[in-house]
Amino acid sequence: MSVLIALIAVAVAGWLFRFIGQRLTGKPYFRDMPYAVAFGFALAVALIGAGVWLYLQPAMNDQGVPRASVMFFHWAVHFFAVSAVAAFLFRLLGRLVGTQGSRKLFRQMPLTAAYGILVVAIYAFVAIFAAVLAPHGQEEVFAAANVVPGGNPAMGGNPDFPLGTDQIGRDILSRLIYGAQNTVGIAFATTVLAFVLGASLGFLAATLRGWVDQVLSRAVDVLMAIPSLIFSLLLITVASAWVSGAGLTAAMVVIIAVIDATRVFRLSRAVGMNIVVMDYIEAARLRGEGLGYLIFREILPNATAPLLAEFGLRFCFVFLTISALSFLGLGIQPPLADWGTMVKDLSAFINYAAFAPQVASAPLLAAGAIALLTVAVNFVVDWMLHRSSGLRE
Amino acid sequence: MTNPLVQMRGIRMDGRSDEAWSPIIKGVDLTLNRGEVLGLIGESGAGKSTLGLAAMGFTRDGVRISEGAVSFDGIDLLAASAEQKRQLLGKRIAYVAQSAAASFNPAHTLLDQHAEAPVQHGVMSRAEAEADGMELYRKLRLPNPDEIGFRYPHQVSGGQLQRAMTAMAMSCRPDLIIFDEPTTALDVTTQIEVLAAIRNIVEEFGTAAIYITHDLAVVAQMADRIKVLLKGEEVEEAETREMLSAPKQDYTKSLWAVREFQRPAKPAPAVDATPVISVQGITAAYGKMDVLHDVSFDIHAGRTVAVVGESGSGKSTTARCITGLLPPRLGRIELDGAELPLDYRKRSKDQLRQVQMIYQMADTALNPRQSIGDIIARPVEFYMGLKGRAKRDRVADLLEQIELPADQYYDRLPSELSGGQKQRVGIARALAAEPKFIICDEVTSALDQLVAEGILRLLARLQDELGLSYMFITHDLATVKSIADEVVVMKDGAVVEQGPKADMFRPPHHPYTDLLLSSVPEMDPDWLSDLLRERGADNVGDAATARMD
Amino acid sequence: MPPVLKIILQRLALGLLTLFIVSIVIFTAVNMLPGDFAQAILGQSATPEAIAAIRRDLGLDQPPVTRYFVWLGDMLQGNLGVSYAQLNFQSNMGGANLKTVADQIAPRFGNTMFLAGVTAAIAVPFAVTLGVLAALYRNSVFDKAVNISTLTSISSPEFFLAYILILFLAVLNPILPAISNVYQGIAFQDRLMATLLPALTLTLVVTAHMMRMTRAAIINLLASPYIEMARLKGVSPLRVIVKHALPNALAPIINVVALNLAYLITGVVVVEVVFVYPGIGQLFVDAVKNRDIPVVQACCLIFAGAYILLNLAADVLSILTNPRLRHPK
Repeated sequence: MSVLIALIAVAVAGWLFRFIGQRLTGKPYFRDMPYAVAFGFALAVALIGAGVWLYLQPAMNDQGVPRASVMFFHWAVHFFAVSAVAAFLFRLLGRLVGTQGSRKLFRQMPLTAAYGILVVAIYAFVAIFAAVLAPHGQEEVFAAANVVPGGNPAMGGNPDFPLGTDQIGRDILSRLIYGAQNTVGIAFATTVLAFVLGASLGFLAATLRGWVDQVLSRAVDVLMAIPSLIFSLLLITVASAWVSGAGLTAAMVVIIAVIDATRVFRLSRAVGMNIVVMDYIEAARLRGEGLGYLIFREILPNATAPLLAEFGLRFCFVFLTISALSFLGLGIQPPLADWGTMVKDLSAFINYAAFAPQVASAPLLAAGAIALLTVAVNFVVDWMLHRSSGLRE
Repeated sequence: MTNPLVQMRGIRMDGRSDEAWSPIIKGVDLTLNRGEVLGLIGESGAGKSTLGLAAMGFTRDGVRISEGAVSFDGIDLLAASAEQKRQLLGKRIAYVAQSAAASFNPAHTLLDQHAEAPVQHGVMSRAEAEADGMELYRKLRLPNPDEIGFRYPHQVSGGQLQRAMTAMAMSCRPDLIIFDEPTTALDVTTQIEVLAAIRNIVEEFGTAAIYITHDLAVVAQMADRIKVLLKGEEVEEAETREMLSAPKQDYTKSLWAVREFQRPAKPAPAVDATPVISVQGITAAYGKMDVLHDVSFDIHAGRTVAVVGESGSGKSTTARCITGLLPPRLGRIELDGAELPLDYRKRSKDQLRQVQMIYQMADTALNPRQSIGDIIARPVEFYMGLKGRAKRDRVADLLEQIELPADQYYDRLPSELSGGQKQRVGIARALAAEPKFIICDEVTSALDQLVAEGILRLLARLQDELGLSYMFITHDLATVKSIADEVVVMKDGAVVEQGPKADMFRPPHHPYTDLLLSSVPEMDPDWLSDLLRERGADNVGDAATARMD
Repeated sequence: MPPVLKIILQRLALGLLTLFIVSIVIFTAVNMLPGDFAQAILGQSATPEAIAAIRRDLGLDQPPVTRYFVWLGDMLQGNLGVSYAQLNFQSNMGGANLKTVADQIAPRFGNTMFLAGVTAAIAVPFAVTLGVLAALYRNSVFDKAVNISTLTSISSPEFFLAYILILFLAVLNPILPAISNVYQGIAFQDRLMATLLPALTLTLVVTAHMMRMTRAAIINLLASPYIEMARLKGVSPLRVIVKHALPNALAPIINVVALNLAYLITGVVVVEVVFVYPGIGQLFVDAVKNRDIPVVQACCLIFAGAYILLNLAADVLSILTNPRLRHPK
């Protein structure tokens, strides 16, 4: 009911806004403004106002008990603000230093893309130097289990474990850092494998056409008719009868790579087909050039932009699939620390959110780490696609 | 006429690219009186269409009017509200687009779309609008005028759609129609029907019009006055006859001069000479459908054979047969008297080298990721085995031959070159193989006239210097006149007529050649009227009906 | 025969063929398993006689091709076999009423369909409206905000969105239950409440995809010359959308909706596990963990079948709404 009243208020405010604008300014902008736009403005103002109101609420009530909703909102706003400032500074840095080409690139870059690049760079750094950065080992079990994050002994924390420990006493921060290495590294390797497989077959099919293309394309059609998560679960069932532990993780890498290679095949074949019909390919064929020259010198250099974008998207997809499998307990196998598994293991902490917001943050951090990387990659890819489509016009 | 219908003053327009605005129209004035037809001509990128749309108070996405005033019948279009403009559009100002096939909504019938404007603007009832539509279809000589309106756009041919769109523009009897290159996408024989139809109906209703085109001969038939644009600026404006007889500006003069390039006739080849390329009775099929029927012709050393015909006549298919990309089902092809394998994969490296090709679209013919030097160097290395210094020198020679300085162009990418320069690189790549015979597939049709002229002169010079033979595929008879020694006319996959150029342009002709030749617009403003009188008005309609079947 | 009908029949035949080949793929994949099913069921300590008996019962002594056709025939009759877990239970404990796979799947299939249905009912109108609005006001602040938020929601794993929703709608503000307790004979309203949270999670994921695809399709459409022509005829903005854009937008939008409903199938698995929702997805994951082959096979075939069916529907509907095919020359 109150929502309905609020909406009506917003609707009236929108109408008033346009009406006053028309009366006061008489500018064509207000005159030709559709009502929907005026309503949109009013709604945006209302939402921002509500956000500010919530932000200004005290984080503790009179009894000193934390108000979890407000605290989470504070964290979200702070995170957003820090992200925006970091992205802005990073872009500024990129515009000032570096080669002429890279400076030009940063000048045209939207903030989201700069943020994406920054995040990807940080992840890569953490993944590579995990062993140096992590305070403890990923499998190390300490006596202090269920330590509350925050490092404040008064609230059940421990300065040795800034993000606390899990149910069996492993340091969450260290596992998060090693998770970058394991989860991201394995997803990256899987994507590379999928690409080598899919792209080479795709270009081969596009160049040779004929029966090679027919056989490969029909096979891919069939494999793609089964939803990929379902198919990987089926194959993992089969694989689990042969291997376990690290072997199962390796089997999963191969399984997902093969399934995703079908998608890469589709794309590279389509990209290849578009290039193959170009007159310069015909000219090269008529010159008598061999298959190797055609693929590596004529086709591949023209396919890098779409393939690079696809690599980003494919990586996100693989990364999410592996995380989902790990979450289900069927992906990356213990003792390797991995974000999907961590979310599953720590998920019970969410229920303490109402009176101990810090405790609930642990599983969300692991899940958020997954989301943040995919968001970042998507931001970069989005910009790349936009740029390449803009250049074509 | 004290009060002009359209008045544009100091129009400046910007287009957005990469988040920045750059000027496309740089201060143009335009005045159009009632019942007058103004021709707006210029090369691609001159801003003709943008200016034409601005005369309606309309700008496309990413374009804005930054300065100036547009008034229509005393109404300030730039100050008018969206609603006011909407009341004018379709009712008093109408638009005819270049591609009728894309501009008709595929989901509704022609008559549905025809009646929309008059019904929406409250000019006529639905029934009146439909009856009027059929009447207009009749006036525009559309076949089955009472029935064709109930068809969907994809069920009607391009020339007919273009006339149906003219009828649609006429539906509210507007004061002004903007024609935006209405015949550019059509074949010459279809174009003439549309031109005649447009001119008649504009005259009949005394509608004022802005006729946008890049074709001088076309605009000469349609316009009372001509305005020439170049890169967003006006070059000159004059009455049509005055403009044609006495152009003032150098740019306009150069546009006119293009048509005068003519190669001197060459002596006929010796009777017993072996042709460089001999095509003997080839029949070719895509799938099970024969698309070429028993095509034969010879091309002798140092001569140019032009293959002409409209789209779908089999010109390009013939070229694909000669290059071996589409091995013909029957017939044989000889190079210097020796039989060529029909499939290019079975030809020797030297046989492949002897037959080279230059493409219509230089954009797709050059690999965008290779530098100009690398593109030309590849055949030099591949066929001649040259490497390092020798290769570089040879490429530099070739660049000199196509009049591009090697030191400036060697390392550039195709995207940094203009259309004409790209086409020259395509020529250099063909020359690099040191061939005897080059197929030129519509090499000038994507280029502006002046640039095309340069390419034709270059090809002629290279032929004289190197003794090359050309097979010149084109639909443009002006090009044929200027460069060909012999002509092959094709229609529906078969040769209709062939012979030396002089014979081809002198009667008597095969009836199709006659239709083709007479349909090419000439610069004479009376050409269309004379031709229609000659053919008899009914004849045009018959031709239209004949095409439909 | 009208060409449209011909094309549709062709597509249907192709869909059936695909399903048939997919069933072979699933069967083959499972039969690559090493060792003996019978051994797996009875454990290491089983006597050879007992194993032989089970092998006979299950038809494991037949050659693979025969087994495939027997399996396919059973599947087509709705006889999905008996779960190994059940078999094991029976052989160890004895017991009369053996639950077949079909008995296990049937109620869960209904639950999953209900979840998918609720999701679709929320997501489709929401996403299409949002997509059309973003396309109409493209490059505006609204469009950019929608773009960033959908990109974020696509990028987030389903379980992240699920836990965020649980945090805000179940733990901090106890409006909806965090665990979907759906049981036999539950009242519709309770069922709806129990389903709402998983449905909202799926909605977030699917809406983002659907909205982005709708936006792209509409922008593509609005750029076509006939829309410009309609505007230049002075047709009102609303009419341009309703009369000129919508009939042509139908095909791409239907396509987008069907493809995203197919995408739901993957999403369902994780979300059902998070909310302990008694659907096929959860059953499937449990079966995979226990290597319960008949259940895995049956679930796989159901998921693949639904996926193929939805893709087929997308195909057929977009053919039906194409004026070029509806009004042949």
